[in-house]
Amino acid sequence: MRGRWLDGAPSHGIILLSLLLAALILFPAVANDYLITVLILIFYFAYVGQAWNLMMGFAGQLSLGHALYVGLGAYAAAALYVHFGISPWLSLWASVAVAASTGGLIGFLAFRFGVAGVYFAILTIAFAEFARLAFDHWSWVGGSAGFFLPVANYAKNDLINLRGSPTMFYYVLLTMTVGAFLLCHALLRSRAGYYWLAIRESPEAAQALGINLFRYRMYVVVLSAAMTSLGGVVFAFYYNNLFPEQVFHISRSIELILAPIIGGIGTLFGPIIGAFLLTALAEGLDEVMRAVGLDVPGVKQIFYGLCLLGVVMFLPDGVWPPLAKALRLDRRRSQGQTGC
Amino acid sequence: MAALLEIAGISKSFSGLKAVQNVSFDVPEGAIVGLIGPNGAGKTTCFNLVAGVYRPEVGEIRLAGRRIDGWRPDQICRAGLGRTFQLVKPFAGLTVMENVVVGALKQSSNVRAAKEIAARVVAELGLQSKCHAPAGSLTLPDRKRLEVARALATAPRILLLDEVMAGLRPTETDRMVALFKDLNARLGLTILMIEHVMRAVMALSRHIVVLHHGQVIAVGAPGEVTRDPAVLECYLGEDAL
Repeated sequence: MRGRWLDGAPSHGIILLSLLLAALILFPAVANDYLITVLILIFYFAYVGQAWNLMMGFAGQLSLGHALYVGLGAYAAAALYVHFGISPWLSLWASVAVAASTGGLIGFLAFRFGVAGVYFAILTIAFAEFARLAFDHWSWVGGSAGFFLPVANYAKNDLINLRGSPTMFYYVLLTMTVGAFLLCHALLRSRAGYYWLAIRESPEAAQALGINLFRYRMYVVVLSAAMTSLGGVVFAFYYNNLFPEQVFHISRSIELILAPIIGGIGTLFGPIIGAFLLTALAEGLDEVMRAVGLDVPGVKQIFYGLCLLGVVMFLPDGVWPPLAKALRLDRRRSQGQTGC
Repeated sequence: MAALLEIAGISKSFSGLKAVQNVSFDVPEGAIVGLIGPNGAGKTTCFNLVAGVYRPEVGEIRLAGRRIDGWRPDQICRAGLGRTFQLVKPFAGLTVMENVVVGALKQSSNVRAAKEIAARVVAELGLQSKCHAPAGSLTLPDRKRLEVARALATAPRILLLDEVMAGLRPTETDRMVALFKDLNARLGLTILMIEHVMRAVMALSRHIVVLHHGQVIAVGAPGEVTRDPAVLECYLGEDAL
């Protein structure tokens, strides 16, 4: 086990990670509802950030429209639940199918016709906007007036229908975040992972080494879309309401890429660290503002902007790489000792 | 026996400029062929046509008897052709080892096996001491070596080398020459090389193709080619003769 999963990982890093995970598992026993909702947000952003990072951080394909996949996942599961009473554990497959095929369509159009770089990013924005307008006018799922799930009965947790207390969502999202981390960890060590990194660094050289650019770009877009849509399913059942203007809005797409950017694009821990930092600080700021009785609309956005500015100026690789070095957790050094 | 690589009458122009015109030559299995010519002669374009970066407007290219013109570069690589880039294209953010593993994954989809292959190739190119260094931190001679290592890791039947000796010190050139001689003798690796360093071309190839203005102006053994008036003219100018 150790050989396959952990080779190169320093042992004190594994201990730290185990302690962190244990703390997070025990956390709801001691925390109040408010702290749990903050952690839920953190896990959500860590999860979707990881999914986005797979595409941008690993394979170098910039998506600025990931809210599309969140929204498609959310609406598909919510609609099947509201109209047909189908459990989200079944409808999530529909969510994955819808998001993955939409991702596949965008990928096909882009990669078949050589749309790359910023033009690809614009294409992703365009599709998210199409969806926002389409859902605004689709009355079956509420249109612009919004789509509502029957409000949960907090007395008992119904995991089958994802109806229950924040604590249940806490554990669902914690599991998803850990799962996404393990999946990305395994992918990064697979052939596909190497190929994605190669494509990110130089598509021409990658192609000359026998890598089918179209195929591996398609894989990553479809996978990222599918993963993101699962975040959307939980989003729908946690918030119980969906408005196209909010769900598909570009600000949502931007919001979900902040964690990996601030934490460190292309790193496995970046999205997680970034989600913790951003959400915790933004919530803290909220508290402070409330305590001093100030109500400034948009203060969170300004705060995000400042964080981004700070990271771009002082930590261009994100928070994680220097942090890993400081904690002596960077893999490269520990591997260097064993030779080639 | 048919040649491993057969190039028959290929042409390519860029907005009116005829970069390669009706070029034909063969690279027999197990041979080392040099492709030389002055700057702008169309050598790299010729490579890019063979490697699938461009599609020839006319003509045919066959690798081991199969037509490969019109194929994508990755398909041509999988058919057994490895290449280096004149302007090196390392995966800068990855380590030397990881760069070579990407190439080796063509041989084996198992990452562990690919790492073993890559370690051997890295050692062969004398890059062991740098194997965990980011490729972006390498010096130019090391980057050239990395280009070769990455291409070799795909286990090609024919290797296209685009000026891998340029910028190397004479001792490094000799080491590289020795490596290619060894690969050619031991594994029967066929090599087509673009090279300006005549020391290397003379040491390696028994057969040379000279391009000028996109056309083949001479073919033959190094001794004959370097005495050919047409070749001397294109390198030194008419007045020199």
